[in-house]
Amino acid sequence: MLEILIQLLPSVLLEGLILGFVYAMIALGYTMVYGVLELINFAHSEIFMAGAVAGAETFILLKGAIANPFLLLALAILIGGAVAAIVAILVERLAYRPLRKRGTTNRLVPLITAIGVSFFLQDLVRLIEGLWHNAFYRRYPSFAVFEATYNLPNWIGVLTIALTVWLGFWVLAYFGDWLIRLFAKKPRATGRTLSLVAAGLTLVFLFLYRHVVFADLGMTIQMKSILVIVVSLAMLYGLNWLVHKTKLGIAIRAVAQDAQTASLMGIDPDVIVSRTFLIGGFLGGVAGVLFGLLYTLVHPYVGFIPGIKAFTAAVLGGIGNITGAAVGGLVLGMLEMLGGTYLTFLTNGAMGTEYKDILAFMILIFILLFRPQGIIGQQLGEKV
Amino acid sequence: MKKALLALALAFGASALAQGNVIKIATVSPLSGEQAALGEMIKLGAQLAVEEAQPEFEKLGFKLELAPQDDQANPDVGVAVARRLVTDPEIVAIVGHLNTGVAIPSSEVYKDYQLAMVSPANTGPAVTDRCYLNVNRLVGRDDVQGPAGAEFAVKELGAKRIFIVHDKTTYGQGVAEQFKKKAEELGAQVVGFVGTEEKANFQALILQMKAKKPDFVYFGGIYHQAGVLLKQMRERGIKATFMGPDGLDSSKFVEIAGEAAKGAYYTTVAGPIEKYPKAKAMAEKFEKKFGKKPESFAIYAYDSANVVIKALKDFVAYAKRPPTRAELSMLIRQTTLEGVTGHVAFDYKGDRKKADYFVIHLKEAKYPGEVVKVISFPAPATKCEAIK
Repeated sequence: MLEILIQLLPSVLLEGLILGFVYAMIALGYTMVYGVLELINFAHSEIFMAGAVAGAETFILLKGAIANPFLLLALAILIGGAVAAIVAILVERLAYRPLRKRGTTNRLVPLITAIGVSFFLQDLVRLIEGLWHNAFYRRYPSFAVFEATYNLPNWIGVLTIALTVWLGFWVLAYFGDWLIRLFAKKPRATGRTLSLVAAGLTLVFLFLYRHVVFADLGMTIQMKSILVIVVSLAMLYGLNWLVHKTKLGIAIRAVAQDAQTASLMGIDPDVIVSRTFLIGGFLGGVAGVLFGLLYTLVHPYVGFIPGIKAFTAAVLGGIGNITGAAVGGLVLGMLEMLGGTYLTFLTNGAMGTEYKDILAFMILIFILLFRPQGIIGQQLGEKV
Repeated sequence: MKKALLALALAFGASALAQGNVIKIATVSPLSGEQAALGEMIKLGAQLAVEEAQPEFEKLGFKLELAPQDDQANPDVGVAVARRLVTDPEIVAIVGHLNTGVAIPSSEVYKDYQLAMVSPANTGPAVTDRCYLNVNRLVGRDDVQGPAGAEFAVKELGAKRIFIVHDKTTYGQGVAEQFKKKAEELGAQVVGFVGTEEKANFQALILQMKAKKPDFVYFGGIYHQAGVLLKQMRERGIKATFMGPDGLDSSKFVEIAGEAAKGAYYTTVAGPIEKYPKAKAMAEKFEKKFGKKPESFAIYAYDSANVVIKALKDFVAYAKRPPTRAELSMLIRQTTLEGVTGHVAFDYKGDRKKADYFVIHLKEAKYPGEVVKVISFPAPATKCEAIK
């Protein structure tokens, strides 16, 4: 039993990482809008969907014209991102800005509007797809280059196992120390001690299970997963650069901190809010294309679940915080994959894969009990 | 039989509903919308049967007519149509519906008027499990597809380690559980039984498969999940044989799964017409008359209408009057027929005593596949929960 769990661990975490990157990119849209407007833009899941569907249409339309799949993917990412960005800007212009201009102070009003917009967009896309193709399930075409599978060297797996086990022992040691301190008077153990104890236990563990850990772990990765990781990393890096190194980024951060003061400094908050929706929408759209590339089937209702998960990831990381959204996405993706794969084994089939979200959300609640501000969301001053 | 008829005629004689000499059989199926192609086949199949029988009824002094109705594959519309039909005294029986979800609420209306319904297409167990006297069906049941599939998987394909996935719906989980039971009975090992509502990302399931190393994967559910699951399984190098129930019986399944669909199996309750040698003459007549080949449920609708017609004819020839609805409902339940789809006889709850199940193999990634096996299975003797 434990052997299987150990052997699967690197593959599970890898799949979780890939899923996590998609969540992270959607979560950024939630967190940025929250940062500048303190609005939870529930329509963001539909902006993601619009990108996914636009990407699928691009693939299907241009498949015959462009032979190079990588060029095709680049185009799909650009068009999917652009469509999503346009939808996001329109939503802000037509639905949220009028509310803001009327000076609505009740924060529930924009929230309900967002939910309404979300339904509207779902059925709008369904209508367009229905009129266009008389069907609204769109499939991403498959390309041999993207489906190609590569074996990963074993040391990556060994390293993953070692790190995970170490982390597990660290948490155990932390709570062990806490338990001991309940009964015996002793000073709190330092992080360094905990790390060393965990490292020692990890070495023992690796030695005991050497026949599994150092055997063939069979880690494989597909080209499209690699692409997803590369594109996501590029996007995250680009966003980081944009927010911290450009004038626009400075303006966004200024509006997030204090819109009124920012407008005294010659920044038009409306323009900045619009740009924020553009950036968030673009990232959401790209995430949609990557999601479609990974999991094939997209339709007007595809956004709901990833949207909710990404929102959760944003809260988990600390809503309003960009790094937090990325970290939250990765953590949630891995938790979900761990739950989905391991619950069946651990409960001997009593709880199947369908309970994965319950497990993920239980851990979420647990983390938020200890860190209500999210994993990274400590500085309240800088929201974006 | 004749005595029974006479007794019935006497018992209900006074309350004969239709006093005129027009007798109508209604078909109710989607004639507009996405499923119109399937619905039209039900209408045309019944129409052929009715038109063939018209001369005989004329000799008896009655005019037999068909009243085709459109339920738009929508439960609300189906119930509205049913409410209208029960008020027309000339309508004595229904051939329909196409969708189980429409048939169930509509038949609640028919039941109140004891109006007979013979379904050519509904596979949901609940259609007959309510044990209504007036509801019968000619096709097999979803919950027998599981055992039929299991028998084929274990005996013919030699499945030993089976991983079962289902979609947690009444249909999908029901089929999957029945499959599991039968497969275990036949000595195969079920290494996994997992439900999922996931539509996009099946990696967690696939990792479990990697660990359990099944040689056979059964999916209880509909093509939009099955197609994606199968595609991702093949991408991750799981080579186990794939099988599912008639939820996979759609060109969309192949469209979604792409090349991965090659080699997959599914079971279905409606066989292609070539598998019924007796249907050849009927098919020729059908094509001559309507200018198209009978497809999907056309032959079942033809037999459904013929069961009704046979019961009607027997009654009318004796009583010299149209039957009341209750009389006809009781008669249809007892009627047997050598139809184009084989011997038709109903059990105590309205299921066909022995229905055919077809195993279909997608030899290429192209829909439809090829029938590799026809399995005849008796309807299960489920308990009637409440006989109303």
